[in-house]
Amino acid sequence: MPPIPLPTAVPLTYYLILSAILFALGVAGFLFRKSLITVFMSIELMLNAVNLTFVTFSYQHKQVDGHLFTFFVMVVAAAEAAVGLAIILTVFKNRGTLAVDEIDSLKL
Amino acid sequence: MDMLQAILAHPWFTPLLLTALIIGLFPLVAGYIVLVERKVLADMQVRLGPMRVGPHGLLQPIADALKLLLKEDIIPEESDKALFWFAPVISTFTALSAFCVIPFASGVYVADVNVGLLVISAMSSVGILGIVLGGWASNSHYSLLGALRSAAQLVSYEVALALALLSGVMAAGTLSMAGIVRAQQERHIWFIFDNYGLMLIPFVVYVISAVAETNRAPFDLPEAESELVAGFHTEYSGFRWALYFLAEYANIFVVSAVAVTLFLGGWLRPFPNVSWLELPFNYGFPALLFLLIGLGSLRLARKLTWRPHAIGMTGVGLFMILLAGVVLIPPVNAVVSSPFWFLIKVGGFVYLMIWLRGTFPRFRYDQLMNIGWKIMIPVALGAILLNAIVGMLRIS
Amino acid sequence: MLDTIFFYVFALLTIGGAIATITRRSAMHSALSLIVSLLGVAGLYLLQKAEFLFAVQIVLYIGGIMVLFLFVIMLVNLDQAAKERQFNRQWLLGLVASVLVGAQMVWMLNSAGVLSLPAAVPAPAATGPGNIEALADLLFREYLLPFEVASLLLLVAIVGSVMMAKKTS
Repeated sequence: MPPIPLPTAVPLTYYLILSAILFALGVAGFLFRKSLITVFMSIELMLNAVNLTFVTFSYQHKQVDGHLFTFFVMVVAAAEAAVGLAIILTVFKNRGTLAVDEIDSLKL
Repeated sequence: MDMLQAILAHPWFTPLLLTALIIGLFPLVAGYIVLVERKVLADMQVRLGPMRVGPHGLLQPIADALKLLLKEDIIPEESDKALFWFAPVISTFTALSAFCVIPFASGVYVADVNVGLLVISAMSSVGILGIVLGGWASNSHYSLLGALRSAAQLVSYEVALALALLSGVMAAGTLSMAGIVRAQQERHIWFIFDNYGLMLIPFVVYVISAVAETNRAPFDLPEAESELVAGFHTEYSGFRWALYFLAEYANIFVVSAVAVTLFLGGWLRPFPNVSWLELPFNYGFPALLFLLIGLGSLRLARKLTWRPHAIGMTGVGLFMILLAGVVLIPPVNAVVSSPFWFLIKVGGFVYLMIWLRGTFPRFRYDQLMNIGWKIMIPVALGAILLNAIVGMLRIS
Repeated sequence: MLDTIFFYVFALLTIGGAIATITRRSAMHSALSLIVSLLGVAGLYLLQKAEFLFAVQIVLYIGGIMVLFLFVIMLVNLDQAAKERQFNRQWLLGLVASVLVGAQMVWMLNSAGVLSLPAAVPAPAATGPGNIEALADLLFREYLLPFEVASLLLLVAIVGSVMMAKKTS
């Protein structure tokens, strides 16, 4: 049975606007939230917004280079999550809190 | 008549029929896998197992299902209600979704996507969430510890599992499940025997990781009764617990099906390219199997003293003998023999998992992690390297 | 038609999940909303014929990274923090900054002429059944160096987290 074709009728613009909104939401979360874990999640949101743009352009230009960039971004995100979460755990163990306002010993 | 033809020929007919069959029948199948498990374990421990409900306990799964459905549905006071409700749904949904790429026979699948194997791994990795969330939402220490253990174990063994699969994918050259079976047909070999027997290594790694991935003994630490009561589903009862149960058995079926597809030739009979073996393997073996089961049931029926049980058992025996006759009809056989071989291999794999459960004692937690990270992953990586080199040398 | 509906469903999941991620009090609920959002993005990948990325998104992001997140959330006790103030002290500055970022993106999309594209771009022809082979070809030929660098990065990350785990115990 041949795969059922999925022609897109949704214009490219929609995907780009969607990823712009997603990125802005990520930025907002990153800047507003107090909990370190939520801040970290906002970074993932931003990365995903960028990935979505890559894939959209890749689809439009009928090339798979964008897919590869997305793939690399995901690899970096995985490395970042492993190290970042280890840091978060260490911070929590040492300070007993994850509020970004209170973790400020590097401040003068 | 034309209408019927049109419906039968529609490209969505097989997928929809299969979906309905899987969703409708799998709970029953899972129930009977449990019965087989209880019976096999009982036999290994020189007991009889369930005997009361139906002849030799044959109706036990139905009684169990009724009991679970009628039980009070308890939601702990301090739990996260929405998550508590949703977690078992995730588990069951993902486990059953994985069925959609399993090829039961040539052309008999819900979908043959070109990333089939990845879809199965994706579904099993989302399935972890069901366990983790269920354990967290229960707001109980046993559940939380069980969930933490389970998450660590599943994430660890997923790596070994994926690496073991990679060797098979390399041999097949495709990720599509049906494509993998077709590759084995073209190469005239089941992949387990490929590369001069070197593929046995990833197969063994796969079996061990699959047992760990489905939380089965001897790797059932997430639900170790002696330490954690019941692990992540301590607080679950009734229907929600049944959903977890269903998911566990669906996962067992899925990992078995993947092993069969990737290593054991999927729906192909043994020696699929030796045409004179078609008669013994496609006709002789199933007929003989059903006949022997039927005769065995009739023999058991004579020993049963309670009359309804004896009549039931005789009925089962006669039905099996009838089945033996039916599979001998050529047009029926042409349709049935491929799924028969697939299911019998899956059954063999499920039996192997039950056998392991009956044989090995539970590992300690550090042993579990050591086996996963220090033995399974390096061995799987080495197997990939070895198989890649041998495979390339053989082609050139 | 069908995929237009799918687009809106996935877009709703993505945006709704993202909004819930940055607004929910409990870290666990935030993480779950993020998973919903990531699933939406995975669906959008599927709509754009990136089957491989769809699978990788689910295996890697949801099965790997998000399980790690949940793991950490279960290990740290945030019950107290969930009852406190959720926004940090610089939230006003943050508001201004994120509005600026949003405005900048709208301006850029507009100046690049993306917003005034015709409403219905004709559907691009499929690049053949599955693009995994093309992807692998590109990855192991043209992008071999970045690939190796990425694996090095992963190695560094592994060593780094093992070191961190050792120090604390």
